[in-house]
Amino acid sequence: MDSTRRDFLFVATGAAAAVGGLATLWPFVSQMNPDASTIAAGAPIEVDLAPIAEGQDIKVFWRGKPIYISHRTKKQIDEARKVPVSSLPDPQSDEARVKEGHDQWLVVIGICTHLGCIPIAHEGNYDGFFCPCHGSQYDSSGRVRQGPAPANLPVPPYQFVSDSKIQIG
Amino acid sequence: MSGPSDFQPSHPALKWIERRLPIMGLVHSSFVAYPTPRNLNYWWTFGAILSMMLGLQILTGVILAMHYTPEATMAFKSVEHIMRDVNYGWLLRYMHASGASMFFIAVYVHMFRGLYYGSYKEPREILWILGVIIYLLMMATGFMGYVLPWGQMSFWGATVITNLFSAVPYFGESIVTLLWGGYSVGNPTLNRFFSLHYLLPFVIAGVVVLHVWALHVAGQNNPAGVEPKTEKDTVPFTPHATIKDAFGVSCFMLFFAWFIFYMPGYLGDADNYIPANPGVTPAHIVPEWYYLPFYAILRSIPNKLAGVTAMFSAILVLAFLPWLDTAKTKSSRYRPLAKQFFWIFVIVCVLLGYLGAQPPEGIYVIVGRILTFCYFAYFLILLPLLSRIEKPRPVPNSISDDVLAKTGGRLTPVVSTVIMLTVAGALLAGATQNARAEEQEVPPSQKWSFAGPVGKFDRGSLQRGLKVYKEVCAVCHGLSYIAFRNLADAGGPGYSEAQAAAFAADYKIKDGPNDQGEMFERPGRPADYFPSPFPNDQAARAAMGGALPPDLSLITKARSYERGFPWFILDFFTQFQEQGPNYVDAILRGFEKKPPAGVTIPEGAYYNKYFPGHAIKMPQPLSDGQVTFDDGSPATVAQYSKDVTTFLAWTAEPHMEARKRLGLQVFVFLIIFAGLMYFTKKKVWADAH
Repeated sequence: MDSTRRDFLFVATGAAAAVGGLATLWPFVSQMNPDASTIAAGAPIEVDLAPIAEGQDIKVFWRGKPIYISHRTKKQIDEARKVPVSSLPDPQSDEARVKEGHDQWLVVIGICTHLGCIPIAHEGNYDGFFCPCHGSQYDSSGRVRQGPAPANLPVPPYQFVSDSKIQIG
Repeated sequence: MSGPSDFQPSHPALKWIERRLPIMGLVHSSFVAYPTPRNLNYWWTFGAILSMMLGLQILTGVILAMHYTPEATMAFKSVEHIMRDVNYGWLLRYMHASGASMFFIAVYVHMFRGLYYGSYKEPREILWILGVIIYLLMMATGFMGYVLPWGQMSFWGATVITNLFSAVPYFGESIVTLLWGGYSVGNPTLNRFFSLHYLLPFVIAGVVVLHVWALHVAGQNNPAGVEPKTEKDTVPFTPHATIKDAFGVSCFMLFFAWFIFYMPGYLGDADNYIPANPGVTPAHIVPEWYYLPFYAILRSIPNKLAGVTAMFSAILVLAFLPWLDTAKTKSSRYRPLAKQFFWIFVIVCVLLGYLGAQPPEGIYVIVGRILTFCYFAYFLILLPLLSRIEKPRPVPNSISDDVLAKTGGRLTPVVSTVIMLTVAGALLAGATQNARAEEQEVPPSQKWSFAGPVGKFDRGSLQRGLKVYKEVCAVCHGLSYIAFRNLADAGGPGYSEAQAAAFAADYKIKDGPNDQGEMFERPGRPADYFPSPFPNDQAARAAMGGALPPDLSLITKARSYERGFPWFILDFFTQFQEQGPNYVDAILRGFEKKPPAGVTIPEGAYYNKYFPGHAIKMPQPLSDGQVTFDDGSPATVAQYSKDVTTFLAWTAEPHMEARKRLGLQVFVFLIIFAGLMYFTKKKVWADAH
């Protein structure tokens, strides 16, 4: 009788210590997450497309990531759309990677899906991007065509605010 | 010490490790099987409390260093960034800042315990000296840590303390320059203090290992002061001492949590919420409370070199204690004279602490000199003398005899010491406040919705206060630590994110450079901060007739006034923290058209009843009917003042509601936990008595 009461007390104290310890741990872990000012600084940004001539591209930063905005030529669009989707390492159609009615604008996060280097625009064999680190190549739709990269360049969340302005984020 | 451990793990894998590195045996012999005297009282749990505090200070410190910037122009701001933006940053910083005080409270109890029970005597001399070294390292670490927020007290504390070394003959100036890394306290000083503040705790931890090693070789002293003779005199460290220490720690945590969650500003100094200003020294430079007795000794001696020497000697004399007190009887329990003088010495230390916070003038100087003499006389004259003349009472034959002889009357000394320490603590706390004594009208205490343990900001008042700030104060005063997004934060004025964004869009924010390399203006976004009315301090001074309107973000934490006796003691229990809001409210309402007879106010200044010196450069900012409220609140100065003060209390401490809410949860948990620990301890010790 007495021994069960003692056991219960020990278990309860041990459990309380464990709960308290775990709860105390939370602030110490949570503080590592992005703080409020970092989150606020990651708010959507607007980019004016008007100054970007056909065949040109610009690099903007959103949440510390480089975003390529390419004003593609007719040739680049055609190339991207001619490739049979099923032959790609990461099959995705060009239409699915741009906004309808704004086919000339390619917006991708310029971070190689291999190990995070920044591919160079207008280089490589596919009229797209070439990553100098390990030789991955992306086409004019930002899809991986060659090299160790496992996936296409991701498309960030964005929408057209007007015909010549997008909001990223 | 039980000698080489005979501990043998049973699992083959553990056996394999143990043969190559007998770490489990070491832990087992040091913290499990280690025989601990069975008559230890709760004063002995402070060793465990100190270990816990050191661990906690290192942990919170390492984390704070992840978010802090040790650079003179950014240090203050980065501390506010921790308080405002980092997840639980306010909690971590308050743990660290109050933790320093708790660490010193615990170490003083630990030291006085050693002094009372003769824990420094043969064979524990090295153990004691290691303790003195730890204490010195703690003082250095605490001092450098206090410099890091780079507020006014940080800066001037650093200046005054480093200047102590200028007293050294011939090399003084060179040493000080070396410490500063410049011609004055500045960025290089801050950088190296940060580096050393990070380093020293690990040095402390290393010396603590030696301290514990020495302890485990000599064995623990005990209240009877007789060494254990048979196995009946001791109990195994685990579970007995472990549980008792854990209970002590959980009670200490309750005390600690009271400061973290409800009184975070009680032991601090309002001046340290003013960014460091090399051109203005605060009216009263007061070190943190734990240095005050030594500061008093320093100031008691009119000669610079002698004062500095006396101050350092006051600490170093402790190291010689084993050879100053040569009495064979360890515990003061059996030394009728030593016991009385011990308590007198405690009172001398507390009074010195009190004096350390008083202005160095008049009676305080004379009393300071007498007490300084008493301090040294205790060590250098009294203890050697007592060793020779005192007739100690007989000590018990063994520890088990002592345990058996224990009577109900034992409670009285414990109670009296607790009372003593409470009074001492309150006096010290009051002393720091008294230092700011001014012949000044005390602002009347207002009723604030955010006061007390469950206080919350009145949302309506915050919104009206924001309006008053925007339409009146913002003409001259910045609010640079508040971003528009904060208006939508939980515990704030209660606006939605869309409302905060719309509020931001009304402001023009300077941004750039753009692609042409030019700065441009754009509408504000939630992430932007309230723009300051002037581009820089010089422009503000130029426009304001030489007076700089202070930034208001922290004003309710950066202003305070003396509470006086007995309020400062009651404040600890009532959790009174609203000096800042009371002061701001009083200033806003304290303008009088005509100064009272006999008071002359210089040209360009105005009479304010509550402003120190009464001549304020700010003209009366508020007048009835100046701002219209949509919610029908009266358009009076009293209402404006109340609302804008509430708003500024929020801008100074935006996570106050979260702090108090979490505090309640922590208290409920800790009370239950301490209760469980108490009964567990009783069960475990039931066999031992």
